[in-house]
Amino acid sequence: MGPQGVWERAGRTAYLAFCTAVFVFLIAPIVVIIPLSFNAEPYFTFTEGMLRLEPAAYSLRWYQNVMGDPEWRHALLNSLFIGLAATVLATALGTLAALGLTHPALPGRSAIMGLLISPMITPVIISAAGMFFFYSNLGLTQTHLGLILAHATLGTPFVVITVTATLSGFDTNLYRAAASLGAGPLRTFRRVVLPLIAPGVISGAVFAFATSFDEVVTVLFMGGLEQRTVPRQMWTGIREQISPAILAVATLLTAFSLLFMLSVEWLRRRAGGR
Amino acid sequence: MAGSLKIFGPQLRAVGLVLPLVAFIGLTFVAPLATMLSRSVYDPVVSDALPETLNLLQDWDGVHIPPEPVFEMLAIELRTARQERTLGRVATRINRVHGGLRSVITRTARRVRDAQGSSWRDTLIGIHAAWDDVQTWHAIRYAGERFTARHYLHALDLERRSDGRIASRPDEYRVYLPLLWRTLVVSLSLTGLCLLLGYPVAYLIAHAPSRRANLLLLLVLVPFWTSLLVRTTAWIVLLQTQGVINSTLVALGLIADDGRLAMIYNMTGTMVAMTHVLLPFMVLPLYAVMRTIPRLHMSAAASLGASAVQAFWRVYWPQTLPGVGAGALLVFILAIGYYITPALVGGRSGQLISNMIAYHMQSSLNWGLAAAIGGLLLAFVLVLYLVYDRLVGIERMRLG
Repeated sequence: MGPQGVWERAGRTAYLAFCTAVFVFLIAPIVVIIPLSFNAEPYFTFTEGMLRLEPAAYSLRWYQNVMGDPEWRHALLNSLFIGLAATVLATALGTLAALGLTHPALPGRSAIMGLLISPMITPVIISAAGMFFFYSNLGLTQTHLGLILAHATLGTPFVVITVTATLSGFDTNLYRAAASLGAGPLRTFRRVVLPLIAPGVISGAVFAFATSFDEVVTVLFMGGLEQRTVPRQMWTGIREQISPAILAVATLLTAFSLLFMLSVEWLRRRAGGR
Repeated sequence: MAGSLKIFGPQLRAVGLVLPLVAFIGLTFVAPLATMLSRSVYDPVVSDALPETLNLLQDWDGVHIPPEPVFEMLAIELRTARQERTLGRVATRINRVHGGLRSVITRTARRVRDAQGSSWRDTLIGIHAAWDDVQTWHAIRYAGERFTARHYLHALDLERRSDGRIASRPDEYRVYLPLLWRTLVVSLSLTGLCLLLGYPVAYLIAHAPSRRANLLLLLVLVPFWTSLLVRTTAWIVLLQTQGVINSTLVALGLIADDGRLAMIYNMTGTMVAMTHVLLPFMVLPLYAVMRTIPRLHMSAAASLGASAVQAFWRVYWPQTLPGVGAGALLVFILAIGYYITPALVGGRSGQLISNMIAYHMQSSLNWGLAAAIGGLLLAFVLVLYLVYDRLVGIERMRLG
């Protein structure tokens, strides 16, 4: 191996080191908070005891702290209620729209698609400001309904995108085959279309729920005390009285996120290709 | 006839499927944005409270102090506004046009009840000398515009002088243009940074054996899925003065205990945390394009005598441009309107234009100005969105 080979190997090593550093940058912050959430002391750094792996340095006190706090429990219930309602709404509307969007007979497809995706691209601060103005005229601020509508709006683009993606490989001859066998449109949908697009629909629903579950700006603008969600509660925690209890919540939320991610990846692989 | 029905049928069905969501988005998204835009140019508060005064001011020459009837009408209408409890909102709006007028107006409205003098003009000037200044009257006339460009002028650091000329504000009052400029520079730097960090990583994943590629891809997807607030919290834990990185550096003796680095609640905090948030949006589109490029192309170039660098720039890089464009545009669009991360870790120096919208929505309650800044930002994002559609195609947008 000549000098060229040495340079090539050095370059390759540097390249891999660079990539490793980027992966560490991506993952390390999320991993670091997990052990810190078990800190027995009210600090945000690893205590000497933690580094020596002394059991006494670790505790579940911040988790008990969070579980025992009625405010956090209330926030979790709100998040689940608003999230589930928004998901149902977004998934139903988004799936129907995706079926229409992939229909070859639809006029003005790209304009409609552009409109339906726009809530995802528009900065949330702008959407939230507009919703605040509009919903306060209707008396919907400081209500659960207002936040459900807002979160459903932000979630629909994800459903539209995932379901259209599954439908793009859909063989439209199946419609005709079903019809020729005597199935009506509803029966065709239930027995033929739905099973085929189910992975896309469920992925979209997970995306929509995750969007709502992590959304804080519309809640800041439109929610009252009664509508406090988990992210809203974290927001206050980070801004005002940051305590390791926040890290316990963060760890729990990360577990949720991993669950969301793995289910979507699993569905994607099941649906075949990406 | 039957033929045309056949064509019409499926079209109608397709439209029928799309219609519910289009109506929903129209009502819950487009209508709110339209409301915001109308707020940015329409403000009836002052003109509703002082209609006759403003009417009389229409004929005012703008050079001398207005005549007696204007004073009288203003006194009457201020008194009414006080009784109807709209005075506070009126005074706030006039004060925004000309600082210091809030107290002038509230004090005048409170005192003018008792004024019985023969001249309203002397009475009002007696209450406050500001009524002897034409600028006060200009401010009332300006704030009384029902349809107005003043919020947009304000958002662009412009002002309308009393002679109607539009000029830029004095340097020390310029807030928004420097902030817009900062937002632009930060967004461009973030886009560049994400490309720099993301391109090599996407290449590694795209050309790794499939099992390892899937594993590495998960490493990119984990931050993509992790809650934004969780990631922001994580960066606070790492970067703050008593945080993990500073404490480690002190423990290793690399920095002194009193020389801890200020890495958060400033621009550094905003840049680091936002790079972390946006990087997956660069890697994923790049990866999607790269995995379709056969490695054979590079070997072919090499066998034809190209050096590795030549083979990359002449053969590989051009083929990845669609991914680079898609990722860069997406990151830039997301960066330009970002709010949460700068609000939590940006401190004073790391704020972006979105934080100004939130400030005027929640603290100063200058909703017209918030709407105007929002309108400007919305227009900007819309243009970028159209560019994205042209270059990449909205229909090809994928998640994860």
